[in-house]
Amino acid sequence: MSLIDRRPGLRVGLLLTPPMLWLGVAYLGALAALLIASLWTQNDFTGTIERSWTLENFKTLFTVEVYRTITLRTIGIAALVTVVDAVLAFPIALYMAKVASPRMQRILVISVLTPLWASYLVKAYAWRGMLSADGPIAWVAAPFGLHTPGYGLPAVTITLAYLWLPYMILPVYAGLERLPDSLFEASADLGAGAWTTLRRVVVPMAFPAIVAGSIFTFSLSMGDYIAVKIVGGTSQLLGNVVYDNQGAANNLPFAAAVATVPIVVMLAYLAAVRRTGALENL
Amino acid sequence: MGRPSSTSMAMSRGLRRSLAGFTAVVLAVVYIPLLLVLVNSFNSDNTFGWPPPRFTLHWWKVAAESTGAREALFTSIQVALVATAIALVLGTLAAMGLRRTRFFGRNVVSLLIILPIALPGIVTGLAFQNGFRTILGIQLSIWTIVIAHATFCIVTVFNNVQARFQRLGTNLEQASMDLGAGRWTTFRLVTFPMLRSALLAGGLLSFGLSFDEIVVTTFTASPQDQTLPIWILQNLFRPNQAPIVNVVAAVLVLASAVPIYLAQRLSGSTAEGLTGAR
Repeated sequence: MSLIDRRPGLRVGLLLTPPMLWLGVAYLGALAALLIASLWTQNDFTGTIERSWTLENFKTLFTVEVYRTITLRTIGIAALVTVVDAVLAFPIALYMAKVASPRMQRILVISVLTPLWASYLVKAYAWRGMLSADGPIAWVAAPFGLHTPGYGLPAVTITLAYLWLPYMILPVYAGLERLPDSLFEASADLGAGAWTTLRRVVVPMAFPAIVAGSIFTFSLSMGDYIAVKIVGGTSQLLGNVVYDNQGAANNLPFAAAVATVPIVVMLAYLAAVRRTGALENL
Repeated sequence: MGRPSSTSMAMSRGLRRSLAGFTAVVLAVVYIPLLLVLVNSFNSDNTFGWPPPRFTLHWWKVAAESTGAREALFTSIQVALVATAIALVLGTLAAMGLRRTRFFGRNVVSLLIILPIALPGIVTGLAFQNGFRTILGIQLSIWTIVIAHATFCIVTVFNNVQARFQRLGTNLEQASMDLGAGRWTTFRLVTFPMLRSALLAGGLLSFGLSFDEIVVTTFTASPQDQTLPIWILQNLFRPNQAPIVNVVAAVLVLASAVPIYLAQRLSGSTAEGLTGAR
């Protein structure tokens, strides 16, 4: 027997070393360095980074009105996108999992997956076309005396909800499909109507899957800055502040400080949903 | 259409119909913007006025001659291929390492693999940029894009391989070793063949993820490196380039059917594998 057979720990260690060097050392190291950089500062005159410890960036972030507004707006939009996607995804997933015939089920899974493979930029761009002043929405709305919402925060919400919808449908579908059919029958036998069964049996059982989907929709919305650029008009989200500060403003320490906000929000979110068992549904 | 399952019998006809109607409407809304991109690529109006005044093939001809788009396409393919190759190796190693082991760090390792996609792209992107430029003093290049992409691609391979391990168990490999095959022979003749379609699905997903990525890429690419998404973003707001961008977008919409078709052919089940995660 070779050494590797006698020492299973050694085998595991050898297998895990390359991925852990990459993720644990390089990636975590980069994240740690980002947190450290957020405590550095930018010399206003020379534009160079001064590696001395200060909480100045965080003070700016929390006290300057505009950054507070942008932070709350970003969290609000991410939450709204998540709710819209959950409301849209649940009936579709329920239909796919429990009503559609096996053949139809296959067709629907493919129909949900295909847009996921269409480029992110193309989809955001498609909504730019949809919402433009002389685009199809304006054309359809005009006879009713209505307008296109144009480019702004409503357009950002629509576009983000559109972009991330499949990420909500798929886990909820998988979660509902695991529910045994007998559960529905038992509930009906006990005298519950369809709505009561949905409300008291199906939704609670599917909740971890919905939360699993919400991790994607929430995180992806928190970190987006491209869709905002394309359909958001002049409005800004946290992502824009991060991007503009590392680029045009060349203030990397402040960008790093702003980037800690989504990290903290996501970690808090993950900690909050841990107890629902959602992480096992990912 | 097959017989309704016993579950659907528990739902009223009205509820079933409303669910079907709702699904049809939402899916229609999902496809309308994509169809618009296709139709607009033939729209003779270069600001895409709706309805299109006339249809033309002009923009397709112009786009076919665009060297910028073609070079960006090749850059994207190169980046996606190398990132996928790295992700295949690292994701498989991680899944094999975590198999049949219950050590204290197991959850930590799983979390670490998910983290690059669980955290917003701006965080991963900025962390890499800061790491490369400020900490290590490395210039951004096509390789810094590859490193960043490989990091968030590992999870797609890992998920697929891990799911396959869970489904197939260890009996076959046990049998192989009992029959006297060594560790390497067992891997080559038993483990690898049983992983093949999972690796293809994971690799496909990883390629698609990298090919399409824009947020992390904008942070880790130098101004000279243009992937296709970066090329699209840079030309999106240039009025005279807009129709060409639209043709490229139309091509990408059509191309999105390819991986779905391949996955169908590979595994016979799209649901497995391609639903992994972002």
